[in-house]
Amino acid sequence: MIAEFGSFALVLAFCASFAQAALSFAGRARRDATLTGAGDGAALAAFAAIAIGFAVLIWAFVTSDFSVVNVAQNSHTEKPLIYKIAGAWGSHEGSILLWCFMLTAYGAAVALARALPWGLKALAVGVQGSLGVLFIGYMIFASNPLLRNIVPPVEGHSLNPLLQDPALAAHPPFLYAGYVGMSVVFSLALAALIEGRVDAAWARWVRPWALAAWSLLTVGITLGSFWAYYELGWGGWWFWDPVENASLMPWLMATALLHSAVVTEKRGALAAWTAFLAIGAFTLSMLGAFLVRSGVLTSVHAFAVDPRRGILLLAVLGVASGSGFALYAWRAPRLKDTQTFAPISRESALVVNNIILAAVTTTVLVGTLWPLVLEAFGRQGGVGAPYYNTVVGPLMAIAFVVLPAGPLLAWKRGDAKGAYQRLIWAAGLAAAAGVLTYALTDPKHAMACVGVAFGVWLVAGALEEAAGRLRLARAPIAESARRFVALPRGAWGMTLAHLGLGLFMMGAAFETGWRLETAAVLTQGGATDLGAYHLRLDGVTVAPGPNYDAEQATITVTDRAGRLACLARPARRTYDVGGETISRVALCLHRLDDIYVVIGERRSAGPRSAWLVRAFVNPWIRLVFLGPLLMALGGAISLSDRRLRIAAGRRRPVAAPRLAAAE
Amino acid sequence: MTRWPVILGAALCLAAVADPADRLANPAQEAQARSLFRETRCLVCQGESIDDSDSPLAADLRRVIRQHIASGASQGQVRAFLAARYGDFVLFRPRMTWTNALLWTGPFLVALTGLGLLIFRGRRRPAPTTDLSPEEEARLEVLRAPTDTLTTELSFKNASGLTER
Repeated sequence: MIAEFGSFALVLAFCASFAQAALSFAGRARRDATLTGAGDGAALAAFAAIAIGFAVLIWAFVTSDFSVVNVAQNSHTEKPLIYKIAGAWGSHEGSILLWCFMLTAYGAAVALARALPWGLKALAVGVQGSLGVLFIGYMIFASNPLLRNIVPPVEGHSLNPLLQDPALAAHPPFLYAGYVGMSVVFSLALAALIEGRVDAAWARWVRPWALAAWSLLTVGITLGSFWAYYELGWGGWWFWDPVENASLMPWLMATALLHSAVVTEKRGALAAWTAFLAIGAFTLSMLGAFLVRSGVLTSVHAFAVDPRRGILLLAVLGVASGSGFALYAWRAPRLKDTQTFAPISRESALVVNNIILAAVTTTVLVGTLWPLVLEAFGRQGGVGAPYYNTVVGPLMAIAFVVLPAGPLLAWKRGDAKGAYQRLIWAAGLAAAAGVLTYALTDPKHAMACVGVAFGVWLVAGALEEAAGRLRLARAPIAESARRFVALPRGAWGMTLAHLGLGLFMMGAAFETGWRLETAAVLTQGGATDLGAYHLRLDGVTVAPGPNYDAEQATITVTDRAGRLACLARPARRTYDVGGETISRVALCLHRLDDIYVVIGERRSAGPRSAWLVRAFVNPWIRLVFLGPLLMALGGAISLSDRRLRIAAGRRRPVAAPRLAAAE
Repeated sequence: MTRWPVILGAALCLAAVADPADRLANPAQEAQARSLFRETRCLVCQGESIDDSDSPLAADLRRVIRQHIASGASQGQVRAFLAARYGDFVLFRPRMTWTNALLWTGPFLVALTGLGLLIFRGRRRPAPTTDLSPEEEARLEVLRAPTDTLTTELSFKNASGLTER
């Protein structure tokens, strides 16, 4: 009965979304605040109804109600509670419900936003409602998560053991909060295009939403990458796998959007381009969901696991982003961009950022879709990590060269010489770091040294910019401290994000350049060397878990001097349901490095048992995950900026480009 | 987001690639073979390289590649051999052919077009001079007068009409 109640709630949400769109648009057209107020109410109702439906699904998972098809296929009575809950968004149907939950939540948030001007807000709520109609419609007609089994099974199929992991339980909510957060940016862009005003004030309203979505997406991608790192047992953290690319594309575009929105906000320039990025970011979010959910990428030869769903999702995507871009094509040419800036200026630096990010997004997009394109022409071909590394590397290098200079340049016309003088020490330090790394490391890996130099350059550049802002050493300490507190948080968010990028770069360079790897078949007491470390297999015991049995090895890792670095306990779990075996990696954090130990299958070596042990030293790998988290933290700090919370509408817009004769 | 369809079966795949028994004796050749493994798709395991996969086909491919390398073939020769035998799909690094021209040049074309537009735009419309009118100068002096500290800078920002007119 509860499941039917949930289904009813989902249908109610569909109707409420429809009302939300109709009331808001009609209210805006008739300039009737009562109607738009009712539209806001419908947005809240849609959110409440979806929340009820979502709660019902979670309840069905928690109580293992196998009469619900989705639960029977993805849950099991013996699964730990957290994975029962996470199972609610582990399947296709559940993840679409999570998507709709986020969509209506953002819709409700826009309806409650007080800073937005009336007309823009009404239209944005309306667009958000239309998206709700599309996605909730898809859900209830093609992918209902609360369908019943006619004959309920006694036990469920359980969730794929690889997904039974804390990082992956939290990964989808963050990722979807990021993906769907772009919908607000999309709605605001469409609303502004309809209103005919894409200006500095608009950019300021967009920024908090874009920042929030971007930060959440950053956390989501990092969690996914960390999961792949320690769950797959391959030692790598980014595989340029199509599914990873699907999440990277909207992130890249959102990053570009954050930067171009700054130009629009401060200078009123690039308004049309910012609106384009806003529409593009959500389009790529939807494309990501489609690519992953349709199955078109996992098997390039069959269109979809369930072709009907794939085509429907593609239709939803086509309608949503198609109408967005059509509106853009119709209205954007009339946006007059009157602002000019010199080739050396902060605007130019931010435009370079946007050009490079657009090129990198193109790389990922074309690379991901290339096999499909070739197939359409009856050919075949594959694209993988070597392609992306080759193309993205040089492009990002251009952006990295410019990055530290950007914040030092003034708007409109920058002082190249001043920036050069301030950054020369950073450049020197970066070059020295690169050369030093080259001299001290073995094997020689020139590209990785360049990567390290870029990382140092970014970190030093961010610090120089922050020091300049604080007037460190040029003003009394008290003055610097006061500036630290009083200067806008948005600037500190930027500093943190750029620092995070630099740290990530250093970590990535070290990890790719000097990762060590070994594999050995060890009997009890057997040992192997790995770089500066010595690994000894002490023994293997059997350790039962809640829904699996594990073979757990104890491996003592010592350094060259014989000191204990850590005790690694990698395991192999055999799950009761399905009998799948997965390996649990042991991660030993030793300074910034990870010692990564995996235990493989048992082999017989004469009378005694032996195990295949594979181990990596991943130098500085933690920076790879810490860097993006710093970036997300920077986004959060920027979001807490007072300037974003005060009524931005009161600010006098700066030379707003308006639609010529819009009405 | 479920990634499991892609890596299904990865659970058991504790890369037999590094199995000591199969390695080539010559470390330089082994390194060459390994870098080729990373660029070669395991055709039956959805997006994994044969370096990562444990499937029998991947093991066969690794053996074939190691044999070629051991008998003195260059990496390019091995790639050509693989593409001829299994099709281009087997290569993770697409070859620079006319078919793949757009794939390889597209991103750089986007970047060059963008940078070209930026430069062209800068040439065509030089930034106007930012000289202040006498009354603006006077207002600036007033703003600058009290202290040379933070408050000034902030109020100067608020008077942004000055610089942006």
